[in-house]
Amino acid sequence: MTETNIDVRGQTCPVPLVECRKAIRKAAPGDEIIILGTHPASKKEIPMACEAMGLEVVEVDENTDKEWKIRIKK
Amino acid sequence: MTDKAVIVAHSGDLDKIYSALIVANGALSMGMDASIFFTFWGLQCLKKNGLDKGPLSRMNLLGLGKWMVKSRMKKANVVSLDKLMEDYKELGGKVIACEMTMEIMGIKEEELNSQWIDEYGAVGTYIMEAKDAKITLFI
Repeated sequence: MTETNIDVRGQTCPVPLVECRKAIRKAAPGDEIIILGTHPASKKEIPMACEAMGLEVVEVDENTDKEWKIRIKK
Repeated sequence: MTDKAVIVAHSGDLDKIYSALIVANGALSMGMDASIFFTFWGLQCLKKNGLDKGPLSRMNLLGLGKWMVKSRMKKANVVSLDKLMEDYKELGGKVIACEMTMEIMGIKEEELNSQWIDEYGAVGTYIMEAKDAKITLFI
């Protein structure tokens, strides 16, 4: 199992979603993808995309600086 | 079968090409397939270095409005149309170029960014793409 980290802090629509999708496509089943971002809508939409694709969102972590971290398992 | 979004990009206006590519990238990102049928003014955008050459659909003000919007976009860290197209292709998005427009406007294949184009077609190609699509838009 490998872990891929994506940093999309400061990026806006649709980059966080697109970068997340790119990483999912490259990942093997069982791999984990961790996305770090600041775009507010993407925090909701990345889990929506995962649900649509039948992927598991392991963790959504929010900290104080408007930053969020989402962990996905393929 | 995977759900699909099919978009007709008829307008070549900068803001509308942004809409078409953002929606199409969004569809791909949500796990759908996506196709964009570029026709009429939209087809002009497939010319080499042509993606961001269109005016704004409103308040273009001879290019001043476009310049202002582009600088605001840069400040807001909005990605370029070329990057959106690059991502669209990387995620498996399909580009169809309208042959009739090429004929009417005298556009030759070598004038277009052919590395983006998956297919050259007419209305039948669009209908076949769109008939099973969950989302279809005319922009």
